[in-house]
Amino acid sequence: MIDINNQNTPLEFESGAAAGRGVLGYWQVFRKRIGAGDLGALPVVAGLVIIWAVFQILNPFFLSAANLSNLALECAAIGTIAVGVVLVLLIAQIDLSIGSIGGLASAVVAYGFVLHGWPLWLSIVVAVIAAVAIGLIYGLIFTRFGVPSFVITLAGLMGFLGLQLAILGTNGSINIPFDSWVVVFAQQMFIPAPVAYVLVAIAVGLYVTSTYLNSRRRSAAGLSATSSREIFFKSALLVVLLGAASWYLNTSRGIGLMFLLFVLIVIVMNYALTRTRWGRSVYAIGGNVEAARRAGIPVNRVVISVFILGTTLAAIGGILATARLASAGVSSGGGDTNLVAIAAAVIGGTSLFGGRGNAWSALLGIVVIQSIASGLTLLSLSSSIRFMITGSVLLLAVVIDSLSRRSRAMHGQG
Amino acid sequence: MTSPEAAVMSDERAPILSLRSISKAFGAVKALTDVDLDVHSGEVVAIVGDNGAGKSTLVKVLAGVHSPDAGSITFKKSTVRITSPAASRELGIATVFQDLALCDNLDVVSNLFLGNEVGGFALDEVEMEKRSLSLLHQLSAKIPSVRTVVAALSGGQRQTVAIARSLIGEPTVVILDEPTAALGVAQTAEVLNLVERLRERGHGVILISHNMADVQAVADRVVVLRLGRNNGDFRVSEVTYEQIVAAITGASDNVVTRRAGARSGEEAKQ
Repeated sequence: MIDINNQNTPLEFESGAAAGRGVLGYWQVFRKRIGAGDLGALPVVAGLVIIWAVFQILNPFFLSAANLSNLALECAAIGTIAVGVVLVLLIAQIDLSIGSIGGLASAVVAYGFVLHGWPLWLSIVVAVIAAVAIGLIYGLIFTRFGVPSFVITLAGLMGFLGLQLAILGTNGSINIPFDSWVVVFAQQMFIPAPVAYVLVAIAVGLYVTSTYLNSRRRSAAGLSATSSREIFFKSALLVVLLGAASWYLNTSRGIGLMFLLFVLIVIVMNYALTRTRWGRSVYAIGGNVEAARRAGIPVNRVVISVFILGTTLAAIGGILATARLASAGVSSGGGDTNLVAIAAAVIGGTSLFGGRGNAWSALLGIVVIQSIASGLTLLSLSSSIRFMITGSVLLLAVVIDSLSRRSRAMHGQG
Repeated sequence: MTSPEAAVMSDERAPILSLRSISKAFGAVKALTDVDLDVHSGEVVAIVGDNGAGKSTLVKVLAGVHSPDAGSITFKKSTVRITSPAASRELGIATVFQDLALCDNLDVVSNLFLGNEVGGFALDEVEMEKRSLSLLHQLSAKIPSVRTVVAALSGGQRQTVAIARSLIGEPTVVILDEPTAALGVAQTAEVLNLVERLRERGHGVILISHNMADVQAVADRVVVLRLGRNNGDFRVSEVTYEQIVAAITGASDNVVTRRAGARSGEEAKQ
């Protein structure tokens, strides 16, 4: 391996965080970031460890492969909706109608596929197109008339709930055949063990290749680069973590295909947010919309695209939820769906004030919420306790967000 | 890059930006009347004037925010119409407004290239970081790290980032609106050094300022506006503080000179 030390630290600047300074350097950079209010995923990961530890002590079945495998499946549907919520929160807006749109999408699928004999794929496409249209309308109303998104989507929450009920008609609930592929996909399809290991190998391979190529380009350009040693350790850690998780879950049913789809959506969105011009615009609009406009960013178009993605992901999440239950009903997307999806995004570390957060926060947040739900179910506690605990966790997350925001503001004046 | 000698010589050359008889009214209020302004490359022109003298309106005309009612603008020897902020940018006029318009949640590199990112579907962070470093180095700017978020920078550093950002499109003329208004002593000095770097790089710089010390420290010429009209165009090396103040207030006998007179009188008694 080529040893890439950053002998050529550029000028008086320092572009990398702690490259080539060893463990101590990392620790110092870490301390500095925490002090400056840049907490990242730390609070939620710490919270998750505590939650898992507590439930494991209270009920040894909690961390069993069977329960975790099930937990992953439980996360996928609302997690997908939460990815959309993250996007909308990033531009400092909110979508309260995600639950209704999910419910509407499930009603459309059931109506088309079960009641009118459309092909399943067509029903799904129609439901998704409807969601795209709804997002477009939200975006246009928001950008043309300047109505707060809170009010637009509140109207959408009620209006599309009504439409969902109208489509379901007197049926109340419609069962989706167990042998239809969407139900099989959501309930019974798991990644076979060999395939899981191949996927782990591919993921780590891609990570190593991209990091290594990037680090070579950086050092060729005279910028501080990740050392080979660091890349090696991080990849090794990734192999151990992903490999162990695959092995452990495969002692039971394994990793659900629906969960894999959710993770893929998160990865694609993460790429779009961090590595494309569109993603940079989303963050800029959330940070300072006037600055974004003056920099020549087509603010209205980006805002509309975000609303469309929010409603589309809500519809996909709603369809996944329906597939998992094999039924669409008046309560699909109702109840706590809205609140859980928004809470997941916020608990995962996406700021309500816009401009801060990432796609992974949807994954982390939903895992926290579903872990609490799963743990309390194992302890046979009622959902009243679940709501109270989830509410407290949400409040804690928002307090942490506000505190770190204040800390950032204080350090900004230095 | 223009050497200092060339900067002095530049007066004899044709100006790169030239305004003639610019007028602008908002209803009954005449903000600008027959204002002329010339800017050469490698020259710092300070525009001074009291509140309401028309400085901001003049800047907004150049930035494409307002279009003038009458008058002509000549840019690089051809007559132009600046109809929008985008048109102004495309011509090569970069304006740094007082509120800076930076995104606090993004790092320095992202802010510098905001709206001008390299690579659309796969951002080229290496290229952007390299160019950011070299640009900030040319400006001798002191930024702890180009990957710091802007929220963590001081006022002077933010001003530096805002000015550096205006240079990304290699503009011919840079307009700075009150760049030192909110800054402390050391940070002001930093920004003034930066203005000199801009001159060395050959940009024409228009500096709007209230602070006479700053103007006398960096400007080559001072253009005074009073009540929306030209009221003096001085070479800084040939003018005194009192003369500028007289032109701003419209008289040599005013509050400022009386104060100075009273003080020197007291000193004489002691």
